[in-house]
Amino acid sequence: MATKASRSAARFMMAPAVVLLLGWMLVPLIMTLWFSFTKYLPLRGDSIDRGLDWVGFANYSRFLSSSSFWPSVQTTLVMVGGVLLITLVLGILLAILLDQPMWGQGVVRILVIAPFFVMPTVSALVWKNMLMDPVNGIFAHLWRFFGAEPVAWLQDASLSSIIMIVSWQWLPFATLILLTAIQSLDSEQLEAAEMDGAPVLKRFWFIVLPHLARAITIVVLIQTIFLLSIFAEIFVTTGGAFGTRTLTYLIFQRVIDSQNIGLGSAGGVYAIILANIVAIFLMRIVGKNLDA
Amino acid sequence: MSRTVTKQRKMITTAAAWTIGLIIFFPIYWTILTSFKTEAQAINDPPLFFAFDWTLENYALVQERSDYMKFLWNSVIIAGGSTILGILVAIPAAWSMAFVPSKRTKDVLLWMLSTKMLPAVGVLYPISLIFVQFDLLDTRGGLVVVLMLINLPIIVWMLYTYFKEIPGEILEAARMDGATLKEEILYVLTPMAIPGIASTILLNFILAWNEAFWTLNLTAANAAPLTAFIASYSSPEGLFFAKLSAASTMAITPILILGWFSQKQLVRGLTFGAVK
Repeated sequence: MATKASRSAARFMMAPAVVLLLGWMLVPLIMTLWFSFTKYLPLRGDSIDRGLDWVGFANYSRFLSSSSFWPSVQTTLVMVGGVLLITLVLGILLAILLDQPMWGQGVVRILVIAPFFVMPTVSALVWKNMLMDPVNGIFAHLWRFFGAEPVAWLQDASLSSIIMIVSWQWLPFATLILLTAIQSLDSEQLEAAEMDGAPVLKRFWFIVLPHLARAITIVVLIQTIFLLSIFAEIFVTTGGAFGTRTLTYLIFQRVIDSQNIGLGSAGGVYAIILANIVAIFLMRIVGKNLDA
Repeated sequence: MSRTVTKQRKMITTAAAWTIGLIIFFPIYWTILTSFKTEAQAINDPPLFFAFDWTLENYALVQERSDYMKFLWNSVIIAGGSTILGILVAIPAAWSMAFVPSKRTKDVLLWMLSTKMLPAVGVLYPISLIFVQFDLLDTRGGLVVVLMLINLPIIVWMLYTYFKEIPGEILEAARMDGATLKEEILYVLTPMAIPGIASTILLNFILAWNEAFWTLNLTAANAAPLTAFIASYSSPEGLFFAKLSAASTMAITPILILGWFSQKQLVRGLTFGAVK
């Protein structure tokens, strides 16, 4: 039984973590909120010391009505949706395949998991140059070999290319989690269905997929949170050009390139709201797990 | 009883799985291979797979251009420092949540997780202002603190799920025998928790090593880790595939090796115990 003394000791031991995270969350958040309601252009001499002019919701409406806002939301949704779709579909197929008996399963697992550990700047640069370069990349060699005209991937198919790169990075994560879930599937149930003559697709649809539902939800939510803030992959490949400017990147450009802190902060608040909508769903699922 | 699998079926599965595995691994393989070619061989059409003169000159050139050891050292300090600091803060917190749970424990855990969802770009400017104010810009210390805070929720969660599995009776027994709280943590809990703590350290070291938003935005010359080392190759420059490959290989090899050891913990750590 926990005594009263150990309870207060427990609270004392939680304090550093709680205080640190509280500070980490609140201080920048309050500053961002404050800036978002002000005119704050450091290059024109605005600074906190001299006091910032309060402009109400002007930044918020300007950010929403800017011509780059909706395209950036669309780009974000296409990118997150595309990566989710690819990693889930391929991840499920790959997980089922890897669950079968085979020779050298351990080695295959290692090969499949490897991309997850490559740092984002490296994978973006390797794909951009070694694979997707329109003259010297492997894809260009391959295209020419089959007599086709090489594609300027990051210009003509920029968004799809970035989706491809990011999917390559996240496929291991999806596969690994789905594989873990599949391995806990009761094989007797599958055998029974097989004996009863249920065809492969039916077995997949009515037994495997429902069993994976929870893992799939987790993959979707966790990936969404990471994908919403994809940065390095865009930074080193297109720099936001050719229709690859996501909401995150747009805010980055407002804050760093054009040094419009007020406007960028308003965008940041939008991004925080967006991320929190996703987060609420994730927390529900993880929270349920805590009770179990 | 397990299903009997025909040898033929096993062969087909093996072939399919290996093919896909090799395709997925190909970009990494190709990078490592190219790092041993000359620049001319690197762009040879058709691509050279085996027949070329292996050379180490790219590694020397990369090293000449930017001091790899300095970036590597920064990466080690930043990733290692933030992980160790995070562990030190998280162990007591996770301990108390796992063994002295209160009504609010669940809420605190979920709230900690929610701080992880704060998009970095939303708070980039305030953080840079604070960094300027305290002279932390382009210092390893500043990044250690930021990455520690970013990964703290994951560290607490991972430790919490590991600690939860340690039977509380053992701790009670120690308490009965008159162990103080400090002794209980130091001599009873810690030895049992070491495997969990080790995997937590491993995974968070990897996450911190690969972090590429704060490390790119808050460093310049002094504290730049390997993510920035590589980013300096982002503008095209004549023939540079072999050099880029060498630099990439140098940046990913340490973590690739650690990563292979941590694949099991990865699932657990990144799903916050929701998939086991």
